[in-house]
Amino acid sequence: MSFPWAKPYEPQHPLMKWMDEKLPIPRLVYNATGPGYPVPRNLNYFWNFGVLAGAALMIQIITGIVLAMHYAANAGVAFNSVEHIMRDVNAGWFIRYAHMNGASMFFIVVYLHIFRGLYYGSYKAPREMVWLLGVVIFLLMMATAFMGYVLPWGQMSFWGAQVITGFFSAIPVVGEPVREWLLGGFVPDNATLNRFFSLHYLLPFVILGVIILHIWALHIPGSSNPTGIEVKDEQDTVPFHPYYTAKDGFGVGVFLLVFVALTFFSPNTLGHADNYIPANSLSTPAHIVPEWYFLPFYAILKAFTFNFLWIDAKLWGVIAMFASIALLFFLPWLDSSPIKSSNYRPLYRIFFWILVFDVLLLGLCGMQPAEQPWVILSQLGAIYYFAHFLVILPIVSRIERPLPMPNSITEAVLAKHATDASSASATA
Amino acid sequence: MVRPLGFLVGLGFITALVLAILTTPLSNEPNVAHEFHKHPKHLKLASDGILLPHWDQAQLQRGMQVYKEVCSACHSLHHVAFRDIKDLGYTEGQIKTFAKGFQVPSINPDTGEPATRDGLPSDYFPSPYANETAARAANNNALPPDLSLITKAREGGKDYVYSLLTGFQNPPANLPAELKPGTGLHYNPYFANLNLAMAPPLTEGQVTYADGTKATVDQMSKDVTAFLVWTAEPKLIKRIMVGYAVFGFLLIFTVLTYLSYRNIWADKKH
Repeated sequence: MSFPWAKPYEPQHPLMKWMDEKLPIPRLVYNATGPGYPVPRNLNYFWNFGVLAGAALMIQIITGIVLAMHYAANAGVAFNSVEHIMRDVNAGWFIRYAHMNGASMFFIVVYLHIFRGLYYGSYKAPREMVWLLGVVIFLLMMATAFMGYVLPWGQMSFWGAQVITGFFSAIPVVGEPVREWLLGGFVPDNATLNRFFSLHYLLPFVILGVIILHIWALHIPGSSNPTGIEVKDEQDTVPFHPYYTAKDGFGVGVFLLVFVALTFFSPNTLGHADNYIPANSLSTPAHIVPEWYFLPFYAILKAFTFNFLWIDAKLWGVIAMFASIALLFFLPWLDSSPIKSSNYRPLYRIFFWILVFDVLLLGLCGMQPAEQPWVILSQLGAIYYFAHFLVILPIVSRIERPLPMPNSITEAVLAKHATDASSASATA
Repeated sequence: MVRPLGFLVGLGFITALVLAILTTPLSNEPNVAHEFHKHPKHLKLASDGILLPHWDQAQLQRGMQVYKEVCSACHSLHHVAFRDIKDLGYTEGQIKTFAKGFQVPSINPDTGEPATRDGLPSDYFPSPYANETAARAANNNALPPDLSLITKAREGGKDYVYSLLTGFQNPPANLPAELKPGTGLHYNPYFANLNLAMAPPLTEGQVTYADGTKATVDQMSKDVTAFLVWTAEPKLIKRIMVGYAVFGFLLIFTVLTYLSYRNIWADKKH
């Protein structure tokens, strides 16, 4: 894999030579994240978020393993065991709040990572497989986060499980049996809590496995870059180590600062007060809302209020919600433009920013009660969401006339420095 | 193939949504209760914010007195142990004496019959009722919630608890008949549906504070709310203090990583 000028791994120390013959893990690391992996020299800060997502996953796995040592997955005691962690376990409050806010941080960086990919066309050939595996990771993350939110067994845990598994009951004929099979009962109960705990412990390691495939698939063509022009020769690249390890190190520092500020100074801001009330199947909260990272999809679900054709509104909502993520699998083929970077796509760039605004609007609508104007705003938002990917994008990629592009990454970098220098001398 | 199919699917969703817009009324059903509902009043406590918050131990002690003498008649506090009140400035001896003042459920060691014994520091605040049925039977079928987490478990937190305690009043004259409090209910505009089963719990001078503070309804409400902020998260102050250290450490770390990043890239244009 990678480029012919990639620095070869040459172990010096006898121990490393011995290791290289028996189990070449150091060689793997050297070629994957060391000096043996040439990376475009012009990556901007948006290329930090992949590493940050990996860091967030590691934080979740480590804090999660410690939490599992003290948590009891039994409907009778789960809520109290979380309070026991908060009050009596040494630094338990820290571990628990770090895990709780770590999930939010994970989604923040992954959403930025996804939108980076959308802006810079990272899903296009030759990196389609990287994108497809990324969507798989995103789906696994959503399943893991949902099941994790059920574990404290508060009111939102219980009613969230009730609502989300209720989606399956919208499927004709088999819906209700499928829902009962998933829950292990007629309502969320001990069987549900136990299987969710088991799967919540399993899935992060599945995510880790798919991340390895994601990186493997990335390293075959090598990283993309803000110009979207493929690497042509050695001067377009720098070795990953030390150049990007240093830059990612700084990125991790900034990420941890935000994470720490949230965890220590405002740990419940992104949560919901109702989840500090123990689960009660006889009392429905006035206002059931999912965690913030699901809100845009929840708004799409609720936007469908009309029984159209032979499908009722609820089933439309469920299909649309799943479709809103599933369509990402087809993105590399929906967008037929050969130009990757939106820097050279004047028309697509406009629609990209409308999409960003649209997803934020849907998120805002998702947390509101089913009242106007939020209903119509979520309906308009959902229309744009589907129109963007399924109608606008294929048309735009056909009619758009791209801006003139530089011949190579190096040319783009040197041109940027030339204009920087001339504007600096002009202002001087 | 993907593009024409995608186009058709997209058209399907868009049509369903356009029809949904056309069939959804643009006006909301009027919610009368909403007009009478009030937003909680802000309550300032020593433990607020991130700028050197601290526990006002005198206030927490007064608050615990209000809980013990008033609230505990109906409300449990089952996440809080007697040993925990060390945070409030009590000595080990005082905690032992305080715990002894409570009877906790036990088993008679000779007969195995249910019995009670004096509380120990390791015991938790006992519940006023044996179970939910007993609690409902004694309270007109309403269940008094456990108060341990109440300031975290309600939208508005401490502000809401303080406002609710001081918010009992006569219903306004223009209140529609269907919103008027029924038998055994009490009007309080801070409560979600305006009428709650709890009677106004505090009256002027209901407790006698050892430190001479005047026991007005407002003062007692503030004190007991401050106490309930502590019961909801006894580690709150510690959390913020540790946060300062961690944040400071990471700030230095981040500056160093930035400098090394600049240093490594100094010879490369990018």
